[in-house]
Amino acid sequence: MNPIRKQKLLIVGVILGGAAVATALLLLAFNKGLNAFFTPTEIAEGKVTGTQNIRIGGMVKKGSLLKEGLQGTRIEFIATDFNEDVPVVYTGVLPDLFREGQGVMADGHMDAKGVFQADSILAKHDENYMSSEVKAAMEAAKNKQAAKTVANGGAQP
Amino acid sequence: MWQWLYKLGSPRHFYEMTTGLVPWLTGVSLLLLAAGVVWGLGFAPPDYQMGDNFRIIYIHVPTSMCGMGAYVLLATMAAMHMIWNIKMADIVAKVSAPVGAAYIALGLITGALWGKPTWGTYWTWDARLTSSLILLFLFLGVMALRAAYDSESAGSKAASVLAIVGVVNVPIIYFSVQWWNTLHQGTSKLGGAGSANPPEIWIPAFFTGFAVIGLFFVAVILRSRNEILYRERRTQWVQDLLQKELTHA
Repeated sequence: MNPIRKQKLLIVGVILGGAAVATALLLLAFNKGLNAFFTPTEIAEGKVTGTQNIRIGGMVKKGSLLKEGLQGTRIEFIATDFNEDVPVVYTGVLPDLFREGQGVMADGHMDAKGVFQADSILAKHDENYMSSEVKAAMEAAKNKQAAKTVANGGAQP
Repeated sequence: MWQWLYKLGSPRHFYEMTTGLVPWLTGVSLLLLAAGVVWGLGFAPPDYQMGDNFRIIYIHVPTSMCGMGAYVLLATMAAMHMIWNIKMADIVAKVSAPVGAAYIALGLITGALWGKPTWGTYWTWDARLTSSLILLFLFLGVMALRAAYDSESAGSKAASVLAIVGVVNVPIIYFSVQWWNTLHQGTSKLGGAGSANPPEIWIPAFFTGFAVIGLFFVAVILRSRNEILYRERRTQWVQDLLQKELTHA
C-alpha cells in the first residue's frame, strides 16, 4: 500500500476509534441514567428519593389487580420484578395489552406511604409472538394436565 | 473475483454491468414483496395478545434493519472514498443516504403506529427509539453537509467524515434493548413449531425482508446510474450512449 493511502487509512481509523471511545465514555458516564424506567428492586434499594416524577417498569403481579369505580377506572396492582414489589394506583384508561402477568411501565411518583401514584400506564410487549390457535391449544393442554394432577392427587397418599 | 470488484469501482463498468440487473432485481423483489405481504397480512395467524396489530412487523422489522444496514453501507463507502479515492464509492455514498433515511423513517413511523395500540403511546424516549431517531438525523445531516458546499469534492469529504463518525450509533441501536431497560422489546428468537415465534408467523417476514433489501439496492443502483451519467456527462462513452439513445428515439 502506498504511503498516502496508508496515512489516510490511519486517519479514518483514528476518526472511527476516537468516535467509538468518546461514545463509550459518554454512555458509561450516563450508565443507568439512560434506562427508560426504574425497577422495583432499584426503588427498594432507595435509588428514588422524594416525590419527583419517575417511570417504573415491571410485571403486573398475578392476582394483584383490583378494579374499583363504576367502569373500573380506578385500578390498583402490584408491579414486580420477581425480587421486589411496588404497589401502584392509577385512574384512567388502560392500553389493550395491560393484563396480569404482562410487562408494564408507569409514569408518576412515590407517595409518603410507598405507593406509586401513576399518571399514565404503558404496556410492554415481549419479543414472543404466538398464534391465537396455538395459545388456545396450549391453555387447553395445561388445563387438562391440571385436571389430571387433581384427579391423581386424590388417589395418591 | 477481485477483477470483478475492481471493475465495479469504475463508473463506466458499474453502469454497463448493472444495465441488465435492474429489471431482474426489481421483478424478483416485487414478487417477494407481494408474496410476503399477501401471506403476512392475509394468511399468517393472528397473535394471541395483539390480534392483527402484530402484522406491522412484516414491514417494520425489515425496513428498520435495512435502514441500519444502509448506514453501514454509507459509512463503508465513505471510508473507501476517503482512503482509496474510489469515485464509485463516493457516488454510492451520496445516493444511498436519502434511501436509507426513507427506510429508517418508515421504521419509525410503522413503530409509532404499532406502539399506540400496543403500548398506549406513539412515542417514548427509550434507548431503542431515541437511537433510531438519531440515525435518521445522521442520514439527514450527511445529506445536508454534502449539499452545503459549492464544490462537490469538499462536500463529499465533509459528509464522509460525518458518515464514518456516525456509524458508532448502529451497534448502539442494535444492543440498546440489552444494555438498558427499554419499552421496546428485545430481538425475537426464532423457534420451531409450537414454541414462541413459530415459523408460520416468521416465514412471511423473510419474504418481505429480502424484498425490502432488494428494493433498497434497486433504488441505490438506479440513483447511482443517474449520478454516473451526470458526473461523466463530458466523457466520450456517455456521449456515445446519448447518441445511441437519440437515434433509437
